[in-house]
Amino acid sequence: MLAALGAMALLVAVTVGSVSMTLSELWLAIGGGGDPLFRELVFSLRLPRALAAFATGGLLALAGALMQVLLRNPLADPYVLGISGGAAVGALASMLLGLGTAMVSGSAFAGALLSTLLVFGLAQGRGSWTPTRLLLTGVVIAAGWGAVITFMLSLSPADRLPGMLYWLMGDLSYARSPWLAWLVLIPVLIVTLPLGRSLNVLARGPLQAAALGVAVKPLAWLVYGLASLLTAVAVTTAGSVGFVGLIVPHMLRLVLGNDQRIILPASVMAGGALLTIADTLARTLMAPEQLPVGVITALLGVPTFLFLLYRSR
Amino acid sequence: MAILEASNLVVDIPGRAAGQPFSARILPGQRWGVLGPNGAGKSTLLHTLAGLRPPRSGQVLLDGDCLTQLRRRQLAQKLAVVFQERQDSFPATVQETVLIGRHPFLSPWQRESGSDLRLANQAMDALSLRLLSDRLVSTLSGGERQRVAIATALTQQPAIWLADEPTNHLDLHHQVAVMELLHRQAEQGAAVFMCLHDLNLAARWCDHLLLLYPDGELCFGPAETMLVPEALERLYDQKLSVGQINGVPVFVPG
Repeated sequence: MLAALGAMALLVAVTVGSVSMTLSELWLAIGGGGDPLFRELVFSLRLPRALAAFATGGLLALAGALMQVLLRNPLADPYVLGISGGAAVGALASMLLGLGTAMVSGSAFAGALLSTLLVFGLAQGRGSWTPTRLLLTGVVIAAGWGAVITFMLSLSPADRLPGMLYWLMGDLSYARSPWLAWLVLIPVLIVTLPLGRSLNVLARGPLQAAALGVAVKPLAWLVYGLASLLTAVAVTTAGSVGFVGLIVPHMLRLVLGNDQRIILPASVMAGGALLTIADTLARTLMAPEQLPVGVITALLGVPTFLFLLYRSR
Repeated sequence: MAILEASNLVVDIPGRAAGQPFSARILPGQRWGVLGPNGAGKSTLLHTLAGLRPPRSGQVLLDGDCLTQLRRRQLAQKLAVVFQERQDSFPATVQETVLIGRHPFLSPWQRESGSDLRLANQAMDALSLRLLSDRLVSTLSGGERQRVAIATALTQQPAIWLADEPTNHLDLHHQVAVMELLHRQAEQGAAVFMCLHDLNLAARWCDHLLLLYPDGELCFGPAETMLVPEALERLYDQKLSVGQINGVPVFVPG
């Protein structure tokens, strides 16, 4: 059902826009016939953007689901350990220097990796590694990045500010190529699927998991590494889109229960569908103006989540 | 059947001098009880025997192999641990929780089969949890959760049970039911090693006792040789009165 929802979201995203088309016109365009304008529109504008939105949503929701289990904390999201902060500092620095889109993406990725390694190294410390320690290290580093971001925003010239703010809220209009996101999303999903039951056991605490035969430390580091990679790629593709990573796994847990073997793939589909729909709305609601997609994900997600939470046991 | 052996084992309790080394074999069919005051290191010993904490010195062997050379999965196929504390940060039903006892026996892609489900249902029956099977663990009482933990270990079908106060939070009826269950497990060839607070349960249900003194001193042996009132009074720093009911000694403070 979620797969069907995902396909629907992609279909709507491709047909709706400043120039709307019917399904038959879309079919013709995909088949290589019909109006050349439509073909151009579908293949070089709407389809790449819709695919990028879907992949980014999937990356964020999967990263969020993994982080929540790893930290055994329902408040965890892909950004809680400061990855988006590092990426934002990288991206804003490139924007401040007036570099091109490719450099913005590249430095965002570099910033995300730097932040990951920093948290990884510092949380190891001298003593034993615990989720609390990792969480605290991440939160403090995120706060540090926040200060640097504010500092950079206050220094930047007025004509660059809107672009920077859009990046910070999440924006898919620069996402021209969805391939990196898909190239990371699909293998990581395939790697995490057989880990599902071990993650179910890990959710009951490291001692219990170890007693049930889980090699806790290697598993925890693997999950941390994968979640960081997912987040870094998502942030590189679309800036820091909030909310998807926190809320989508929770919504699914409220509906489907807490079996990671179901939650992980379902998060990819639901996160992808949500972000695709949100991005379609973001570029059509106030067309030709484009809204930051992060605003729409929050406006759609908050009431849905509250409704599910209110209705649940 | 499996044999757990401690060889010159000294547990690592931070900030405390090394205690007396512990060397013993826990054989199939034996029921060991560990007695000692708060903070004597009962749980630490149990975790060390389960390979969950490194010892300060010495080693623990399972069927002759040092625990550090075994993979956790191999270990979990033979040895189950019932913990004193449990975490449940995410909601899960009783049945789901009991079923994770099959984890060590399933490969990553494998799903639980009908026989796994049957084992989980038998374990829930054995601990009278069947009616609670769809309830969320977080909504249960302390005693019910304790029974869920024991049912999870039972689903693991271990050759060796390491139980940290298995009767915690349980009412009198369930205390006896759990002790009878562990007794039956031992009769069927399992080795049981448990920390206990209740001297009378230990006297009634254990055939070997290990006394852990707060200064790291220890002594162990067959239960009847260990239940000496003077030794127990020194162990707990508490005067005891001793009676006899049906041939079993009964200890009352005072």
